[in-house]
Amino acid sequence: MVKVTVDGIPVEVPAGSSALQACEAAGKEIPRFCYHERLSVAGNCRMCLVEVSGGRKPVASCGFPIGDGMQIFTDTEVVRRARRAVMEFLLINHPLDCPICDQGGECDLQDQAFGYGADQSRYRENKRAVTDKYLGPLVKTVMTRCIQCTRCIRFSTEIAGVPELGGISRGENLEITNYVEKALTSELSGNLIDICPVGALTSQPYAFTARSWELKRTDSIDVCDAVGTNIVMHARGAAVLRIVPRINDEVNEEWLSDKGRFVVDGFRRRRLDRPWVRVDGKLQPASWQDAFATIATRLKSVPGERIGAIAGDMCDAESMMALKDLMETLGSGNIDCRQDGAKYDTSRRDFYTFNSGITGIEDADALLIVGSIPRQEAPVLNARIRKRFLAAGRGGFPIAMIGAPNADPTYAAEVLGAGPDTLVELADGRLPFADVLKNAKRPMIIVGHGALTRPDGQAIAKACWDLAAQVGAIAPDWHGFNVLHTAASRVAGLDLGLVPAPKGHDVAGMLDGGVDVLWLLGADEFATDRIGPKTFVIYQGHHGDAGAARADVILPGTLYAEKPGTYTNTEGRVQEAFRAIMPPGDAREDWRILRAFSEVVGRKLPYDTIEALRQRMMRASPAFGAAWARCGTSDTAGPQAGMVAMSGGPFHPVIADYYLTHAVCRASPTMETCSGIYVHPANQAAE
Amino acid sequence: MSVQPNAPAGAEPTHFAFDAESEQQIAVILAKYPPERKASGVLPLLYVVQKQMGRQTGSAWIPRVAMDVVAARLEMAPIRVYEVATFYLMFNTKPIGRYHLQVCTTTSCWLRGSDDVTAACKAATGIRAFGETSADGLFTLTEVECLGACANAPILQVDDDYYEDLDGPRTLELIEALKRGERPTPGPTIDRLNSAPAGGRKVLVDDAAHKPQGQE
Repeated sequence: MVKVTVDGIPVEVPAGSSALQACEAAGKEIPRFCYHERLSVAGNCRMCLVEVSGGRKPVASCGFPIGDGMQIFTDTEVVRRARRAVMEFLLINHPLDCPICDQGGECDLQDQAFGYGADQSRYRENKRAVTDKYLGPLVKTVMTRCIQCTRCIRFSTEIAGVPELGGISRGENLEITNYVEKALTSELSGNLIDICPVGALTSQPYAFTARSWELKRTDSIDVCDAVGTNIVMHARGAAVLRIVPRINDEVNEEWLSDKGRFVVDGFRRRRLDRPWVRVDGKLQPASWQDAFATIATRLKSVPGERIGAIAGDMCDAESMMALKDLMETLGSGNIDCRQDGAKYDTSRRDFYTFNSGITGIEDADALLIVGSIPRQEAPVLNARIRKRFLAAGRGGFPIAMIGAPNADPTYAAEVLGAGPDTLVELADGRLPFADVLKNAKRPMIIVGHGALTRPDGQAIAKACWDLAAQVGAIAPDWHGFNVLHTAASRVAGLDLGLVPAPKGHDVAGMLDGGVDVLWLLGADEFATDRIGPKTFVIYQGHHGDAGAARADVILPGTLYAEKPGTYTNTEGRVQEAFRAIMPPGDAREDWRILRAFSEVVGRKLPYDTIEALRQRMMRASPAFGAAWARCGTSDTAGPQAGMVAMSGGPFHPVIADYYLTHAVCRASPTMETCSGIYVHPANQAAE
Repeated sequence: MSVQPNAPAGAEPTHFAFDAESEQQIAVILAKYPPERKASGVLPLLYVVQKQMGRQTGSAWIPRVAMDVVAARLEMAPIRVYEVATFYLMFNTKPIGRYHLQVCTTTSCWLRGSDDVTAACKAATGIRAFGETSADGLFTLTEVECLGACANAPILQVDDDYYEDLDGPRTLELIEALKRGERPTPGPTIDRLNSAPAGGRKVLVDDAAHKPQGQE
């Protein structure tokens, strides 16, 4: 630790800190444009000037290393004048178009111009104009506003791992561009909008939609993947207009995947906003009473074991708890939250969670990825792997993959093989990477759903666990066995026991006439065409997608933005989301629908408030009452290997189209466009 | 106003590959750097590209496909090559004429008559302004900053060669020679050796021991 004084306030900061960090430690706000705490230091905006004892002129604090006993002055006449001069230079070419700029109201330049801007310009010359660049369908550019802070270049190179942005030409002619007029190939490109300190990079779908001060902000959790990214919903009136990330260093730092950010325009399209009942083969609008009565009538003649329920990938824990309780009271053990048919041993929680934690990636020193493509399945988590990869330096963080990625993972990863055979070779020590894992202090294995959704998924999980135990990845102080989920609801579903009871049917068993009545809670991602023709289907959910199309009764449910809810991410971290907007039309909160229906069939669920329901969840799984913490285990007994022995055959990617993985993004025009540009460029060209 | 560094539509070739001569040069260049730092070779490699384009097409410029080839060869992101190629004015990112006339107009040259050199270039080639290429495609006229040869001002750099101590008539003569396909010897166009005094030595003339051979 080094002692420095900032404006007379003594502070202690770690050696190697910059003057800016010391000032922040002392509670002084330093204006800045190019400096960003998660990016490398560029030092080119010069806005963060401070005076340092013994120095003859002001220094850029972001890149100035502190020394012991250094005195820093942030509020002297010299500093103020220097910053005013820098601001004047920045404003020479920056247009005065704040009234029509989407960044207006949340613009760093605008805010800091309040503190350091002059009331008039001394320049009579023309401002420079820069042609706008094409960066894809998500990021809109107004390059005349660019102040060349290079944050976007550093973000794309360092965090996103797609070095596609650069500064070409020089001096007056410097332009930020990708030079080739091609869409950015990153699943994190939306973050460019957040890090741009001015209005040069703004959101294309959100363009000219609202001003930042009109928006009501509500904390929520992203359910487009299983990372549990912390987000803020920005709503005006009855509509969420945009989603931005919220800082949580333990989960997403301050990044958000493009799907989680831009799915928002799917919120109001293709919505189920009233109950529907199928009469003579056609869906007819109905009242809640009629819909419930229809279901109750149909249920009368059906024994419990002929009723089934499937929970979807975006469900909150509350509705899943209510669904499970309802099925139990109806006498059914046919319940499943695993639409993709994944197999887990749920007897212990660490058999199906990401035990190292997302921050644990930064402590690991070797990584094996089995049957997973983190870049598509969890882009934000992938950024953490890249962060670790960069921090470790050349060769410092060896990464290997089994199952070839279909896209650049954004870090150097050795592809060891395609399927389970490679896993066996690794366990037998026949591959050099086995020694890498063995010699690592904190080896880490990530098992994805490319492996777990196979018939032999459980055997593969067992093999991965055994390999982890063998290389010392499972210890009292380190747990290197990690399951990377793709469904936001999955861990909560497994915690709450939404798996078939003994002799109960799983998803596959409920299809092809396995049950007479099938309750779908937002479940669209399975073979709905394989539901038996005589099966009576109840679809409870928010979007008219595959499940609703097959339904006999539709109960309009709510989106994650429209209900308070609890979500458990792939780590097993329980997080709470709040209601940002009211549901449309007659749609109701999902647990309330289930609770109301239970009364119609005379099997009233024992909770009337969400608090009582949450108490019930805590009794079902202690995880809901406990704060998440990383923990190791000394119990290296692995999960059950399951019935199916491990077979050959390569792992297949679980995500065919990153932009269209669930009902909400299939309703989103923006995601449709992205899919056309990024995933099916050939079709796009043909149109 | 901002310039468009990209080549005009249609100028960009569809394909670029190093020829044998370039490959030879590249082998020499890359031997200078450790393999994991071979990106350091980007500047010399871009020169190799420019020279090869000059050999093959008569227009020494660097098309984008060639930058991509350089990026692939050096295992670096293409944008990093675009950045370098557009930063340095010595790299032409647009097609140019066969002869690249680069007039230095910085103070020393300007005081010594670079305006006459410029005027002569324009008169001889029909070019109206800096940055243009003559109608016959032979010449491109560029204004450059100090070429570091102030003692021989004014300078006209033709491709890689310095023609020094010019004035209007000698510039015309030079360009006419170029048009005929000749390459006059580079260097001073008046009676002097390199940047030694015009007309021979001016100091130490009495010292027999230092008397250069062949003079007086």
